[in-house]
Amino acid sequence: MPSENMISAKSISLRFDTEDSVVNALQNVSINISRGEFVSFIGPSGCGKTTFLRIIADLERPTEGEIEVNGMTPEEARRARAYGYVFQAPGLYPWRTIAANVRLPLEIMKYSKAEINERIQRVLSLVELNGFEKKFPWQLSGGMQQRVSIARALSFDADILLMDEPFGALDEIVRDHLNLQLLKLWLKTNKTICFVTHSIPEAVYLSTKIVVMSPRPGRIIDVIDSALPKQRPLEIRDTKPFIEIAQRVREGLRKGQSYD
Amino acid sequence: MTRSFLPITTIAIFILFLWYCLSIVLNSSWAYDRAARNSQTLTFKELVHDTWSQKKPKLPAPHQVFSEMWETTFNKKVTSKRSLVYHTWITLSGTIAGFLFGTILGIVLALAIVHDRATDLSIMPWIITSQAIPILALAPMIIVVLGSMGFTGLLPKAVISMYLSFFPIVVGMVKGLRSPEILEIDQMKTWSATKTQILWYLRIPRSIPYLFTSLKLGIAASLVGAIVGELPSGAISGLGARMLAGSYYGQTIKIWSALFAAAILAATLVTLIGLIQKIISKRMMLQV
Ligand SMILES: Nc1ncnc2c1ncn2[C@@H]1O[C@H](COP(=O)(O)OP(=O)(O)O)[C@@H](O)[C@H]1O
Ligand SMILES: [Mg+2]
Repeated sequence: MPSENMISAKSISLRFDTEDSVVNALQNVSINISRGEFVSFIGPSGCGKTTFLRIIADLERPTEGEIEVNGMTPEEARRARAYGYVFQAPGLYPWRTIAANVRLPLEIMKYSKAEINERIQRVLSLVELNGFEKKFPWQLSGGMQQRVSIARALSFDADILLMDEPFGALDEIVRDHLNLQLLKLWLKTNKTICFVTHSIPEAVYLSTKIVVMSPRPGRIIDVIDSALPKQRPLEIRDTKPFIEIAQRVREGLRKGQSYD
Repeated sequence: MTRSFLPITTIAIFILFLWYCLSIVLNSSWAYDRAARNSQTLTFKELVHDTWSQKKPKLPAPHQVFSEMWETTFNKKVTSKRSLVYHTWITLSGTIAGFLFGTILGIVLALAIVHDRATDLSIMPWIITSQAIPILALAPMIIVVLGSMGFTGLLPKAVISMYLSFFPIVVGMVKGLRSPEILEIDQMKTWSATKTQILWYLRIPRSIPYLFTSLKLGIAASLVGAIVGELPSGAISGLGARMLAGSYYGQTIKIWSALFAAAILAATLVTLIGLIQKIISKRMMLQV
Protein backbone atom coordinates (compact mmCIF):
# COMPACT_ATOMS: atom_id res chain seq x y z
CA MET A 1 0.00 0.00 0.00
CA PRO A 2 1.57 3.29 -1.04
CA SER A 3 1.89 5.75 1.82
CA GLU A 4 1.33 9.42 1.28
CA ASN A 5 4.61 10.07 3.08
CA MET A 6 7.31 8.90 0.69
CA ILE A 7 10.26 9.66 2.92
CA SER A 8 10.02 10.48 6.59
CA ALA A 9 13.08 11.11 8.73
CA LYS A 10 12.83 11.54 12.50
CA SER A 11 15.77 13.10 14.39
CA ILE A 12 18.44 11.61 12.18
CA SER A 13 22.04 12.03 13.33
CA LEU A 14 25.14 10.60 11.77
CA ARG A 15 28.62 10.78 13.24
CA PHE A 16 31.69 9.71 11.29
CA ASP A 17 34.32 8.44 13.72
CA THR A 18 37.62 8.60 11.92
CA GLU A 19 41.01 7.95 13.44
CA ASP A 20 41.90 11.57 14.09
CA SER A 21 38.52 13.25 14.34
CA VAL A 22 34.79 12.94 14.84
CA VAL A 23 32.55 14.57 12.23
CA ASN A 24 28.92 15.33 12.98
CA ALA A 25 27.79 15.04 9.39
CA LEU A 26 24.13 15.28 10.35
CA GLN A 27 22.48 16.32 13.60
CA ASN A 28 18.84 15.96 14.48
CA VAL A 29 17.48 16.11 10.95
CA SER A 30 13.72 15.61 10.59
CA ILE A 31 11.75 15.95 7.41
CA ASN A 32 8.69 14.59 5.67
CA ILE A 33 8.58 14.27 1.90
CA SER A 34 5.28 13.44 0.24
CA ARG A 35 4.71 11.40 -2.86
CA GLY A 36 5.32 13.35 -6.06
CA GLU A 37 7.28 16.17 -4.45
CA PHE A 38 10.41 17.70 -5.93
CA VAL A 39 12.67 18.47 -2.98
CA SER A 40 15.95 20.34 -3.26
CA PHE A 41 18.64 20.22 -0.61
CA ILE A 42 20.83 23.29 -0.64
CA GLY A 43 23.72 24.36 1.54
CA PRO A 44 27.47 24.92 1.56
CA SER A 45 29.64 21.87 0.97
CA GLY A 46 30.15 19.69 3.99
CA CYS A 47 26.67 20.27 5.41
CA GLY A 48 25.68 16.64 4.92
CA LYS A 49 23.54 16.79 1.77
CA THR A 50 25.26 13.80 0.20
CA THR A 51 25.22 11.97 3.52
CA PHE A 52 21.45 12.45 3.85
CA LEU A 53 20.85 11.13 0.34
CA ARG A 54 23.12 8.18 1.08
CA ILE A 55 21.11 7.42 4.22
CA ILE A 56 17.89 7.33 2.18
CA ALA A 57 19.66 5.03 -0.27
CA ASP A 58 20.93 2.70 2.49
CA LEU A 59 24.54 3.46 1.58
CA GLU A 60 25.06 4.86 5.12
CA ARG A 61 23.34 3.99 8.39
CA PRO A 62 22.35 6.82 10.75
CA THR A 63 23.87 6.68 14.23
CA GLU A 64 20.59 7.86 15.72
CA GLY A 65 17.05 8.47 14.58
CA GLU A 66 14.58 6.70 12.36
CA ILE A 67 13.89 6.87 8.69
CA GLU A 68 11.25 5.31 6.49
CA VAL A 69 11.33 5.15 2.71
CA ASN A 70 8.00 4.37 1.10
CA GLY A 71 6.90 2.78 4.37
CA MET A 72 9.97 0.54 4.60
CA THR A 73 13.40 0.67 6.16
CA PRO A 74 16.01 2.02 3.74
CA GLU A 75 17.43 -1.48 3.34
CA GLU A 76 14.04 -2.95 2.44
CA ALA A 77 13.45 -0.03 0.09
CA ARG A 78 16.80 -0.60 -1.62
CA ARG A 79 16.05 -4.31 -2.04
CA ALA A 80 12.62 -3.42 -3.41
CA ARG A 81 14.37 -1.12 -5.89
CA ALA A 82 12.36 1.83 -4.62
CA TYR A 83 14.80 4.46 -5.83
CA GLY A 84 17.14 5.34 -8.68
CA TYR A 85 20.34 7.16 -7.72
CA VAL A 86 22.08 9.66 -9.98
CA PHE A 87 25.59 10.40 -8.78
CA GLN A 88 27.57 13.56 -9.39
CA ALA A 89 29.67 11.77 -12.02
CA PRO A 90 27.78 9.92 -14.77
CA GLY A 91 29.56 6.66 -13.90
CA LEU A 92 29.00 5.08 -17.30
CA TYR A 93 30.94 1.96 -18.26
CA PRO A 94 33.34 2.86 -21.08
CA TRP A 95 33.19 -0.64 -22.57
CA ARG A 96 29.41 -0.55 -22.90
CA THR A 97 27.41 1.33 -25.50
CA ILE A 98 24.77 3.83 -24.37
CA ALA A 99 22.03 1.22 -24.77
CA ALA A 100 24.13 -1.34 -22.91
CA ASN A 101 24.77 1.13 -20.09
CA VAL A 102 21.04 1.74 -19.67
CA ARG A 103 20.49 -2.00 -19.87
CA LEU A 104 22.89 -2.77 -17.02
CA PRO A 105 20.50 -2.33 -14.04
CA LEU A 106 17.76 -4.09 -16.01
CA GLU A 107 20.02 -7.06 -16.65
CA ILE A 108 20.95 -7.12 -12.99
CA MET A 109 17.26 -7.05 -12.08
CA LYS A 110 16.62 -9.86 -14.57
CA TYR A 111 14.04 -8.22 -16.78
CA SER A 112 13.07 -10.13 -19.93
CA LYS A 113 14.85 -9.27 -23.15
CA ALA A 114 11.78 -7.80 -24.82
CA GLU A 115 11.00 -5.68 -21.80
CA ILE A 116 14.60 -4.47 -21.57
CA ASN A 117 14.55 -3.26 -25.18
CA GLU A 118 11.20 -1.55 -24.74
CA ARG A 119 12.41 0.22 -21.59
CA ILE A 120 15.69 1.36 -23.15
CA GLN A 121 13.71 3.06 -25.92
CA ARG A 122 11.29 4.61 -23.48
CA VAL A 123 13.82 6.12 -21.06
CA LEU A 124 16.17 7.27 -23.80
CA SER A 125 13.32 9.19 -25.35
CA LEU A 126 12.47 10.66 -21.92
CA VAL A 127 15.94 12.24 -21.87
CA GLU A 128 15.80 12.93 -25.61
CA LEU A 129 18.66 10.66 -26.58
CA ASN A 130 17.06 8.38 -29.14
CA GLY A 131 19.46 7.44 -31.88
CA PHE A 132 22.47 7.33 -29.55
CA GLU A 133 22.00 3.68 -28.59
CA LYS A 134 25.08 2.42 -30.40
CA LYS A 135 27.41 5.24 -29.38
CA PHE A 136 30.01 4.85 -26.66
CA PRO A 137 30.18 7.20 -23.64
CA TRP A 138 33.33 8.97 -24.84
CA GLN A 139 31.46 10.04 -27.97
CA LEU A 140 28.96 12.04 -25.86
CA SER A 141 29.33 15.42 -24.14
CA GLY A 142 29.28 15.64 -20.33
CA GLY A 143 25.67 16.81 -20.33
CA MET A 144 24.57 13.97 -22.57
CA GLN A 145 26.42 11.45 -20.41
CA GLN A 146 24.60 12.74 -17.36
CA ARG A 147 21.29 12.34 -19.22
CA VAL A 148 22.21 8.72 -19.95
CA SER A 149 22.86 8.30 -16.26
CA ILE A 150 19.39 9.74 -15.51
CA ALA A 151 17.81 7.45 -18.10
CA ARG A 152 19.52 4.51 -16.45
CA ALA A 153 18.19 5.54 -13.04
CA LEU A 154 14.69 5.83 -14.49
CA SER A 155 14.81 2.55 -16.40
CA PHE A 156 13.48 0.31 -13.63
CA ASP A 157 10.55 2.54 -12.68
CA ALA A 158 11.52 3.35 -9.12
CA ASP A 159 9.13 5.79 -7.44
CA ILE A 160 11.96 7.87 -6.02
CA LEU A 161 14.79 9.57 -7.85
CA LEU A 162 17.79 10.63 -5.74
CA MET A 163 20.07 13.09 -7.51
CA ASP A 164 23.33 14.33 -6.00
CA GLU A 165 24.44 17.50 -7.80
CA PRO A 166 23.84 15.84 -11.16
CA PHE A 167 24.50 19.00 -13.12
CA GLY A 168 27.23 20.40 -10.86
CA ALA A 169 30.01 19.85 -13.37
CA LEU A 170 28.15 21.36 -16.35
CA ASP A 171 28.11 24.90 -17.71
CA GLU A 172 25.13 27.15 -17.15
CA ILE A 173 23.57 26.93 -20.61
CA VAL A 174 23.59 23.14 -20.62
CA ARG A 175 22.33 23.25 -17.07
CA ASP A 176 19.33 25.44 -17.96
CA HIS A 177 18.42 23.03 -20.71
CA LEU A 178 18.71 20.01 -18.46
CA ASN A 179 16.68 21.72 -15.72
CA LEU A 180 13.89 22.31 -18.19
CA GLN A 181 14.09 18.71 -19.31
CA LEU A 182 14.15 17.38 -15.79
CA LEU A 183 11.06 19.37 -14.88
CA LYS A 184 9.20 18.01 -17.91
CA LEU A 185 10.30 14.53 -17.01
CA TRP A 186 9.10 14.96 -13.43
CA LEU A 187 5.68 16.20 -14.60
CA LYS A 188 5.39 13.26 -16.97
CA THR A 189 6.52 10.54 -14.58
CA ASN A 190 5.20 11.90 -11.30
CA LYS A 191 8.25 10.70 -9.38
CA THR A 192 9.36 11.86 -5.98
CA ILE A 193 12.69 13.60 -6.53
CA CYS A 194 15.36 14.49 -3.97
CA PHE A 195 17.83 16.82 -5.61
CA VAL A 196 21.07 18.15 -4.12
CA THR A 197 22.40 21.43 -5.48
CA HIS A 198 24.67 24.37 -4.79
CA SER A 199 22.70 26.73 -6.94
CA ILE A 200 19.89 28.89 -5.52
CA PRO A 201 18.14 29.55 -8.89
CA GLU A 202 18.30 25.87 -9.73
CA ALA A 203 16.75 24.92 -6.38
CA VAL A 204 13.98 27.49 -6.62
CA TYR A 205 13.25 26.77 -10.26
CA LEU A 206 12.89 23.03 -9.82
CA SER A 207 11.42 22.46 -6.39
CA THR A 208 8.13 22.19 -4.62
CA LYS A 209 10.08 22.11 -1.38
CA ILE A 210 13.50 23.58 -0.60
CA VAL A 211 15.53 22.34 2.36
CA VAL A 212 18.22 24.80 3.46
CA MET A 213 21.08 23.21 5.40
CA SER A 214 24.15 24.37 7.27
CA PRO A 215 27.38 22.62 8.27
CA ARG A 216 29.23 21.66 11.46
CA PRO A 217 27.07 19.97 12.52
CA GLY A 218 24.94 19.36 9.45
CA ARG A 219 21.38 20.39 10.18
CA ILE A 220 18.25 21.86 8.60
CA ILE A 221 17.93 25.65 8.86
CA ASP A 222 14.73 26.18 6.91
CA VAL A 223 12.17 24.25 4.89
CA ILE A 224 10.43 26.33 2.23
CA ASP A 225 7.28 25.12 0.47
CA SER A 226 7.21 26.76 -2.92
CA ALA A 227 3.92 28.12 -4.23
CA LEU A 228 5.15 28.34 -7.82
CA PRO A 229 2.90 26.59 -10.35
CA LYS A 230 3.90 23.14 -11.58
CA GLN A 231 4.34 24.36 -15.16
CA ARG A 232 7.44 26.53 -15.13
CA PRO A 233 8.90 28.21 -18.18
CA LEU A 234 12.49 29.44 -17.70
CA GLU A 235 11.18 33.03 -17.62
CA ILE A 236 9.51 32.35 -14.28
CA ARG A 237 12.89 33.12 -12.79
CA ASP A 238 12.28 36.83 -13.34
CA THR A 239 8.91 36.93 -11.56
CA LYS A 240 8.30 38.31 -8.08
CA PRO A 241 7.30 35.07 -6.29
CA PHE A 242 10.43 33.38 -7.64
CA ILE A 243 12.67 36.19 -6.42
CA GLU A 244 11.01 36.19 -3.01
CA ILE A 245 11.65 32.48 -2.53
CA ALA A 246 15.25 32.90 -3.69
CA GLN A 247 15.67 35.65 -1.10
CA ARG A 248 14.35 33.44 1.65
CA VAL A 249 16.79 30.69 0.64
CA ARG A 250 19.65 33.18 0.65
CA GLU A 251 18.65 34.40 4.11
CA GLY A 252 18.57 30.84 5.39
CA LEU A 253 22.04 30.20 4.05
CA ARG A 254 23.31 33.39 5.68
CA LYS A 255 21.73 32.48 9.00
CA GLY A 256 23.42 29.09 8.81
CA GLN A 257 26.78 30.73 8.42
CA SER A 258 26.36 33.16 11.31
CA TYR A 259 26.10 30.17 13.68
CA ASP A 260 29.77 29.43 13.07
CA MET B 1 58.42 1.76 -34.12
CA THR B 2 60.40 3.86 -36.58
CA ARG B 3 61.43 6.25 -33.83
CA SER B 4 62.94 3.46 -31.75
CA PHE B 5 64.70 1.91 -34.75
CA LEU B 6 67.84 4.05 -34.64
CA PRO B 7 68.59 3.79 -30.91
CA ILE B 8 67.93 0.04 -30.93
CA THR B 9 70.21 -0.52 -33.93
CA THR B 10 72.93 1.58 -32.34
CA ILE B 11 72.82 -0.47 -29.17
CA ALA B 12 72.78 -3.73 -31.16
CA ILE B 13 75.88 -2.71 -33.13
CA PHE B 14 77.61 -1.69 -29.93
CA ILE B 15 76.82 -5.03 -28.27
CA LEU B 16 78.06 -6.97 -31.32
CA PHE B 17 81.28 -5.00 -31.32
CA LEU B 18 81.83 -5.62 -27.62
CA TRP B 19 81.01 -9.28 -28.08
CA TYR B 20 83.58 -9.73 -30.87
CA CYS B 21 86.24 -8.00 -28.78
CA LEU B 22 85.45 -10.15 -25.76
CA SER B 23 85.68 -13.35 -27.74
CA ILE B 24 89.16 -12.34 -28.93
CA VAL B 25 90.23 -11.69 -25.34
CA LEU B 26 88.65 -14.78 -23.80
CA ASN B 27 89.69 -17.24 -26.50
CA SER B 28 93.22 -15.91 -27.01
CA SER B 29 94.97 -18.01 -24.34
CA TRP B 30 93.89 -21.21 -26.06
CA ALA B 31 95.05 -19.85 -29.43
CA TYR B 32 98.43 -18.84 -27.98
CA ASP B 33 98.87 -22.22 -26.24
CA ARG B 34 98.24 -24.10 -29.44
CA ALA B 35 100.60 -21.86 -31.36
CA ALA B 36 103.28 -22.36 -28.69
CA ARG B 37 102.87 -26.16 -28.89
CA ASN B 38 103.47 -25.93 -32.63
CA SER B 39 106.35 -23.47 -32.04
CA GLN B 40 104.55 -20.80 -34.01
CA THR B 41 103.96 -17.16 -33.35
CA LEU B 42 100.66 -15.52 -34.21
CA THR B 43 100.18 -12.26 -36.01
CA PHE B 44 97.24 -10.21 -34.80
CA LYS B 45 95.32 -11.16 -37.92
CA GLU B 46 95.92 -14.85 -37.31
CA LEU B 47 94.95 -14.44 -33.67
CA VAL B 48 91.63 -12.83 -34.58
CA HIS B 49 90.93 -15.45 -37.16
CA ASP B 50 91.68 -18.24 -34.70
CA THR B 51 89.69 -16.83 -31.78
CA TRP B 52 86.61 -16.35 -33.96
CA SER B 53 86.61 -19.87 -35.35
CA GLN B 54 87.49 -22.26 -32.52
CA LYS B 55 85.36 -25.38 -32.16
CA LYS B 56 84.91 -25.09 -28.41
CA PRO B 57 85.57 -21.46 -27.61
CA LYS B 58 85.07 -19.97 -24.16
CA LEU B 59 82.94 -17.32 -25.84
CA PRO B 60 81.80 -18.12 -29.37
CA ALA B 61 81.71 -15.22 -31.81
CA PRO B 62 78.24 -14.02 -32.87
CA HIS B 63 78.51 -15.37 -36.40
CA GLN B 64 79.36 -18.82 -35.03
CA VAL B 65 76.23 -18.79 -32.89
CA PHE B 66 74.04 -17.54 -35.71
CA SER B 67 75.35 -20.01 -38.24
CA GLU B 68 74.79 -22.82 -35.73
CA MET B 69 71.22 -21.53 -35.23
CA TRP B 70 70.71 -21.30 -38.97
CA GLU B 71 72.12 -24.77 -39.52
CA THR B 72 70.05 -26.42 -36.79
CA THR B 73 66.90 -24.54 -37.72
CA PHE B 74 66.75 -24.76 -41.48
CA ASN B 75 69.03 -27.62 -42.47
CA LYS B 76 67.68 -30.30 -40.13
CA LYS B 77 64.36 -32.09 -40.20
CA VAL B 78 62.15 -30.53 -37.55
CA THR B 79 61.56 -33.95 -36.00
CA SER B 80 65.30 -34.60 -35.64
CA LYS B 81 66.94 -34.49 -32.20
CA ARG B 82 69.53 -32.19 -33.75
CA SER B 83 66.96 -29.61 -34.86
CA LEU B 84 66.68 -26.42 -32.84
CA VAL B 85 63.05 -26.17 -33.91
CA TYR B 86 62.38 -29.54 -32.30
CA HIS B 87 63.92 -28.55 -28.98
CA THR B 88 62.21 -25.17 -29.04
CA TRP B 89 58.90 -26.90 -29.66
CA ILE B 90 59.44 -29.23 -26.68
CA THR B 91 60.18 -26.29 -24.40
CA LEU B 92 57.31 -24.29 -25.88
CA SER B 93 54.81 -27.05 -25.18
CA GLY B 94 55.94 -27.22 -21.54
CA THR B 95 55.75 -23.44 -21.33
CA ILE B 96 52.24 -23.23 -22.76
CA ALA B 97 50.91 -26.08 -20.62
CA GLY B 98 52.39 -24.54 -17.47
CA PHE B 99 51.18 -21.10 -18.46
CA LEU B 100 47.62 -22.34 -18.96
CA PHE B 101 47.60 -24.15 -15.60
CA GLY B 102 49.24 -21.16 -13.92
CA THR B 103 46.77 -18.71 -15.40
CA ILE B 104 43.77 -20.78 -14.36
CA LEU B 105 45.18 -21.36 -10.88
CA GLY B 106 46.09 -17.69 -10.53
CA ILE B 107 42.67 -16.44 -11.59
CA VAL B 108 40.82 -18.92 -9.37
CA LEU B 109 42.95 -17.95 -6.36
CA ALA B 110 42.45 -14.24 -7.09
CA LEU B 111 38.67 -14.70 -7.31
CA ALA B 112 38.68 -16.57 -3.99
CA ILE B 113 40.82 -13.90 -2.36
CA VAL B 114 38.71 -10.98 -3.57
CA HIS B 115 35.43 -12.73 -2.86
CA ASP B 116 36.16 -13.56 0.74
CA ARG B 117 38.21 -11.75 3.35
CA ALA B 118 38.93 -14.96 5.27
CA THR B 119 40.44 -16.60 2.20
CA ASP B 120 42.55 -13.53 1.66
CA LEU B 121 43.99 -13.74 5.17
CA SER B 122 44.51 -17.49 5.11
CA ILE B 123 45.87 -18.02 1.57
CA MET B 124 47.90 -14.92 0.80
CA PRO B 125 50.77 -15.65 3.23
CA TRP B 126 51.16 -19.13 1.71
CA ILE B 127 51.24 -17.76 -1.80
CA ILE B 128 53.98 -15.34 -0.85
CA THR B 129 55.93 -18.05 1.00
CA SER B 130 55.70 -20.31 -2.05
CA GLN B 131 57.67 -17.78 -4.06
CA ALA B 132 60.36 -17.45 -1.40
CA ILE B 133 61.53 -21.03 -2.00
CA PRO B 134 64.17 -21.10 -4.72
CA ILE B 135 62.80 -22.96 -7.72
CA LEU B 136 66.17 -24.59 -8.37
CA ALA B 137 65.83 -26.41 -5.04
CA LEU B 138 62.23 -27.32 -5.63
CA ALA B 139 62.40 -28.43 -9.26
CA PRO B 140 64.33 -31.69 -8.74
CA MET B 141 61.93 -32.69 -5.96
CA ILE B 142 58.90 -32.06 -8.12
CA ILE B 143 60.45 -34.13 -10.88
CA VAL B 144 61.37 -36.99 -8.55
CA VAL B 145 57.99 -37.08 -6.81
CA LEU B 146 56.00 -36.91 -10.04
CA GLY B 147 58.41 -39.37 -11.67
CA SER B 148 57.80 -41.90 -8.88
CA MET B 149 54.10 -41.57 -9.61
CA GLY B 150 54.80 -42.37 -13.22
CA PHE B 151 54.65 -38.86 -14.62
CA THR B 152 57.58 -37.84 -16.78
CA GLY B 153 58.18 -35.53 -19.69
CA LEU B 154 55.70 -32.74 -20.17
CA LEU B 155 53.79 -32.85 -16.88
CA PRO B 156 56.59 -32.20 -14.36
CA LYS B 157 57.83 -29.35 -16.54
CA ALA B 158 54.35 -27.90 -16.75
CA VAL B 159 54.00 -28.12 -12.98
CA ILE B 160 57.25 -26.24 -12.38
CA SER B 161 56.22 -23.75 -15.00
CA MET B 162 52.85 -23.28 -13.34
CA TYR B 163 54.51 -22.83 -9.97
CA LEU B 164 56.41 -19.83 -11.30
CA SER B 165 53.68 -18.33 -13.45
CA PHE B 166 50.62 -18.37 -11.18
CA PHE B 167 52.16 -15.82 -8.81
CA PRO B 168 52.18 -12.73 -11.05
CA ILE B 169 48.68 -13.69 -12.19
CA VAL B 170 47.32 -13.83 -8.62
CA VAL B 171 48.93 -10.56 -7.62
CA GLY B 172 47.82 -8.71 -10.76
CA MET B 173 44.30 -10.10 -10.76
CA VAL B 174 43.72 -9.33 -7.08
CA LYS B 175 44.74 -5.77 -7.78
CA GLY B 176 42.61 -5.63 -10.94
CA LEU B 177 39.51 -7.12 -9.35
CA ARG B 178 39.81 -4.58 -6.57
CA SER B 179 40.36 -1.67 -8.95
CA PRO B 180 36.74 -0.45 -9.31
CA GLU B 181 36.14 2.83 -7.54
CA ILE B 182 33.97 3.11 -4.44
CA LEU B 183 31.45 5.08 -6.52
CA GLU B 184 31.09 2.18 -8.93
CA ILE B 185 30.54 -0.29 -6.12
CA ASP B 186 27.99 2.04 -4.46
CA GLN B 187 26.17 2.34 -7.76
CA MET B 188 25.96 -1.45 -7.95
CA LYS B 189 24.58 -1.50 -4.40
CA THR B 190 21.83 0.94 -5.36
CA TRP B 191 20.70 -1.67 -7.87
CA SER B 192 20.91 -4.39 -5.20
CA ALA B 193 23.37 -6.29 -7.35
CA THR B 194 24.62 -9.58 -5.90
CA LYS B 195 28.32 -10.18 -5.28
CA THR B 196 28.46 -12.39 -8.34
CA GLN B 197 26.83 -9.72 -10.50
CA ILE B 198 29.28 -7.09 -9.25
CA LEU B 199 32.06 -9.50 -10.12
CA TRP B 200 30.75 -10.26 -13.57
CA TYR B 201 29.61 -6.83 -14.71
CA LEU B 202 32.19 -4.64 -12.99
CA ARG B 203 35.20 -6.30 -11.40
CA ILE B 204 36.11 -8.66 -14.23
CA PRO B 205 35.94 -6.06 -17.04
CA ARG B 206 37.92 -3.63 -14.89
CA SER B 207 40.58 -6.28 -14.25
CA ILE B 208 41.33 -6.96 -17.93
CA PRO B 209 44.21 -4.46 -18.29
CA TYR B 210 45.78 -5.87 -15.11
CA LEU B 211 45.30 -9.40 -16.42
CA PHE B 212 47.31 -8.70 -19.54
CA THR B 213 50.19 -7.14 -17.63
CA SER B 214 50.22 -10.27 -15.46
CA LEU B 215 50.02 -12.59 -18.46
CA LYS B 216 53.16 -11.01 -19.92
CA LEU B 217 55.04 -11.58 -16.67
CA GLY B 218 53.48 -15.02 -16.37
CA ILE B 219 54.49 -16.30 -19.80
CA ALA B 220 58.09 -15.20 -19.25
CA ALA B 221 58.09 -16.95 -15.87
CA SER B 222 56.58 -20.05 -17.51
CA LEU B 223 59.41 -20.24 -19.99
CA VAL B 224 61.98 -20.00 -17.21
CA GLY B 225 60.07 -22.75 -15.40
CA ALA B 226 60.04 -25.04 -18.43
CA ILE B 227 63.78 -24.60 -18.97
CA VAL B 228 64.57 -25.14 -15.30
CA GLY B 229 62.38 -28.24 -15.47
CA GLU B 230 64.53 -29.62 -18.27
CA LEU B 231 67.80 -29.18 -16.40
CA PRO B 232 67.75 -31.78 -13.61
CA SER B 233 65.57 -34.39 -15.24
CA GLY B 234 68.15 -36.03 -17.42
CA ALA B 235 65.87 -34.95 -20.23
CA ILE B 236 67.33 -35.22 -23.69
CA SER B 237 65.06 -32.79 -25.42
CA GLY B 238 64.16 -29.17 -24.87
CA LEU B 239 66.24 -26.01 -24.81
CA GLY B 240 67.19 -26.58 -21.16
CA ALA B 241 68.43 -30.08 -21.90
CA ARG B 242 70.39 -28.74 -24.84
CA MET B 243 72.06 -26.14 -22.66
CA LEU B 244 72.97 -28.78 -20.10
CA ALA B 245 74.27 -31.21 -22.72
CA GLY B 246 76.27 -28.41 -24.28
CA SER B 247 77.89 -27.63 -20.96
CA TYR B 248 78.81 -31.31 -20.35
CA TYR B 249 80.73 -31.47 -23.59
CA GLY B 250 82.00 -27.90 -23.63
CA GLN B 251 79.96 -27.16 -26.73
CA THR B 252 79.56 -23.50 -25.97
CA ILE B 253 78.17 -22.70 -29.41
CA LYS B 254 75.27 -25.05 -28.70
CA ILE B 255 74.61 -23.45 -25.32
CA TRP B 256 74.54 -20.00 -26.80
CA SER B 257 72.28 -20.94 -29.65
CA ALA B 258 69.83 -22.56 -27.22
CA LEU B 259 70.01 -19.42 -25.12
CA PHE B 260 69.18 -17.24 -28.09
CA ALA B 261 66.37 -19.53 -29.12
CA ALA B 262 64.93 -19.13 -25.61
CA ALA B 263 65.25 -15.36 -25.76
CA ILE B 264 63.57 -15.18 -29.16
CA LEU B 265 60.82 -17.47 -27.92
CA ALA B 266 60.22 -15.27 -24.86
CA ALA B 267 60.11 -12.10 -26.92
CA THR B 268 57.69 -13.67 -29.40
CA LEU B 269 55.33 -14.89 -26.68
CA VAL B 270 55.30 -11.56 -24.85
CA THR B 271 54.72 -9.68 -28.11
CA LEU B 272 51.87 -12.02 -28.97
CA ILE B 273 50.14 -11.33 -25.67
CA GLY B 274 50.74 -7.62 -26.20
CA LEU B 275 48.97 -7.84 -29.56
CA ILE B 276 45.96 -9.64 -28.10
CA GLN B 277 45.89 -7.01 -25.36
CA LYS B 278 45.80 -4.21 -27.93
CA ILE B 279 42.93 -5.79 -29.84
CA ILE B 280 40.84 -6.48 -26.74
CA SER B 281 41.55 -3.09 -25.14
CA LYS B 282 40.48 -1.37 -28.33
CA ARG B 283 37.28 -3.36 -28.42
CA MET B 284 36.60 -2.61 -24.76
CA MET B 285 37.41 1.10 -25.20
CA LEU B 286 39.99 0.85 -22.44
CA GLN B 287 43.25 2.73 -22.56
CA VAL B 288 46.25 0.46 -22.97
N1 LIG C 1 32.91 8.30 4.88
C1 LIG C 1 33.18 9.42 5.59
N2 LIG C 1 34.07 9.38 6.60
C2 LIG C 1 34.33 10.49 7.33
N3 LIG C 1 33.77 11.69 7.14
C3 LIG C 1 32.88 11.80 6.12
C4 LIG C 1 32.54 10.68 5.30
N4 LIG C 1 31.63 11.08 4.38
C5 LIG C 1 31.42 12.39 4.62
N5 LIG C 1 32.15 12.83 5.67
C6 LIG C 1 32.13 14.18 6.25
O1 LIG C 1 30.79 14.50 6.57
C7 LIG C 1 30.51 15.84 6.25
C8 LIG C 1 29.33 15.93 5.33
O2 LIG C 1 29.70 15.44 4.06
P1 LIG C 1 28.76 15.43 2.80
O3 LIG C 1 27.47 14.77 3.16
O4 LIG C 1 29.52 14.84 1.68
O5 LIG C 1 28.53 16.97 2.53
P2 LIG C 1 27.93 17.71 1.26
O6 LIG C 1 27.43 16.68 0.31
O7 LIG C 1 26.85 18.58 1.81
O8 LIG C 1 29.03 18.53 0.69
C9 LIG C 1 31.77 16.45 5.68
O9 LIG C 1 32.44 17.15 6.71
C10 LIG C 1 32.55 15.24 5.24
O10 LIG C 1 33.93 15.50 5.34
MG1 LIG D 1 28.09 16.29 -1.71
